[in-house]
Parts: sequence; C-alpha cells; structure tokens
Amino acid sequence: MSDAAAALREPWPDLDRQRQGVTVGIWLFIVSEVLFFGTLFLGYAVYRTLYPEAFRIAAAETEVFYGSVNLVLLLTSSATMTVAVDASRQGMRRTIIACLALTVLLGSAFLIFKGFEYRDDLAKDLLPGSQFPLNPPQTQLFWAFYWVMTGVHAIHLAAGIGIVAVLTWLFWRRLLPIGSPAILGVATYWHFVDTVWIILFPLLYLVDRS
Amino acid sequence: MSNRGRRPRVWVRPVVAWIVLILLALTSLGSAFIPLGPFNTALNLVIAGIMVVLLWLFLMDLIGSDALVRLIAAAGLLWISFMFALTFTDYLSRACESPGGGPPAFCVDQKIGRGTF
Repeated sequence: MSDAAAALREPWPDLDRQRQGVTVGIWLFIVSEVLFFGTLFLGYAVYRTLYPEAFRIAAAETEVFYGSVNLVLLLTSSATMTVAVDASRQGMRRTIIACLALTVLLGSAFLIFKGFEYRDDLAKDLLPGSQFPLNPPQTQLFWAFYWVMTGVHAIHLAAGIGIVAVLTWLFWRRLLPIGSPAILGVATYWHFVDTVWIILFPLLYLVDRS
Repeated sequence: MSNRGRRPRVWVRPVVAWIVLILLALTSLGSAFIPLGPFNTALNLVIAGIMVVLLWLFLMDLIGSDALVRLIAAAGLLWISFMFALTFTDYLSRACESPGGGPPAFCVDQKIGRGTF
C-alpha cells in the first residue's frame, strides 16, 4: 500500500479532500479560540483604558527578560513546526521527526522559563489579594489579567506539547503514514498558540518601559 | 531525488519567515525603551499585528489555502472587531456624572484621564 493510500481515511474520496477537511475543521476551531482569547484581550483593553496609570505601575513589575526569551522560543518552534509540515509533503521522515521533537523541546523550554517567571512573581507577592504590594488597588486588575491570560496560554501550550509529542511518536513508530494530513491540524493549532503570545508580549511586558 | 537534495527547499521559507519575525520582535522590544509617549504602545501593537499577519500567511500557510479557509479566518477577525467596536462604543461614551444623583456610571473621566465607578 502506498503512503498516500495508507493516509486516506473514511469518508474522504482522496487525500486532497481529506487535507481540505482537516484544514477547514481546525480553522473553525481556531476561530472559536480567537473569540475566546478575544474576550480576555477586550477585558484587558477596557480596564487599561479606564485605569491607564494603574496598568502602567503594575506592568512595570513584569519580567521582560522571561517574556522576550519565551517569544523567541515560540517563534523558533513555529519555524521548526513549519519545516516538519513541508517535510511531510516531501516524504522526509527523519526531518519530520527531528523537527517535531525540536518543537516539543522548545515548547517545554517555554514552560520551564514560565515556571521561573511565576516563581519570581510569587516571591514579589504579585498575586491579587490582601497581601498585594502595589497601589492603587486597580493594579490588581492588571495582575489578574496577567495570571489568567498567561495561565490559559500555558494550558493551551501544554496541550499542544502533548499532541505534538504523540504525533512524533506515531511517526517514529510508523503507526501513522508520513503523508497524513493530521500534521496540518496540529501545526495550525501550534501556530495559533504562538500567535496568542505575540499579542500578549506587548500587552504584558512592554507597557511604558521607557 | 535524494533526501539531501530536497532539504534546502524545505528550510528556506520557515527560516526566512523566522528571521523576519525575530527582527520584528527585537524592533518591538527595543522601541519600548525609547520614550515615544503614547506611540510606544501603538507601535508595539502595530508590530505585533504585522507579526501575526506574517505568521498566519506564511507559517500557517493561509496564503496558499483555499478561499473557504481564508473566509473562515477573515470571519473570525470580523466578529472580534465587532466585539471590540460595540464594547468601546459603550464604555467610551458613558457619562461620568449621574443625572439622578445616584452612583456614577462605570466610565472614563476624560478630564483626569482615569476610570471611575
């Protein structure tokens, strides 16, 4: 059985249609995610408009070093993921597995750096509540958005790492044909998680740094 | 064709896109430390927007996708723009003084540049 024939699944008549189905399906999911994160961005925008001074004071406490390193890590992981997708079209099995594994490592490095950052944030008591050290009280709004938005993003990334790891294992064990369109759906999700960080970076780390 | 012969073509597009995205990220980071007043945030958000468009077009391959996929992506951006426009139409047009003498509305006080309840 050829690789294309092995990759074909019911009810698709051919692999092109199957790829189209995967792409349309994942993009419908991505749009629902855009609206999900959009509500968080909107809430942030409304409160930052209402309390610009409080947000300026609060944002000065974020760790721009960790945010920047994590941006580079995710941008690099998007590049390796794209190489894996392009390699799957060419049937380059070893390149696919290497790039997917690299993507998992880069995503994991992001979470490790995020853990270090959370540790530093907690050491400064930057969790909204009675012990919160900043004034005025609206600074807690910024930090509430910080924890929720970065936390939800980290959950999405952790899910992505798990999915990419499973895909890598399936390709490595030859349980999934190299030409399978599944990699398209996984890659699109991964790039979307990267997209969210690109937007979060200026909102959380670059506020009034000058 | 050998595996080695194909490799450069596979790497070219992602690497070029990666270099451009990293340069944009560094530009955004560097500009944040230059005092530009309100333009700092605007510039950072514009650069983030350009980065997202480049990522969606060239790494998510929206540029090579079917019209249906591009339509779905555009619809998502359209709905989110409606959400922002309608919400800010409300918040930015609320009067801070309550005509009935009751508690003031959740609004933006333009004179002092801060929000008030």
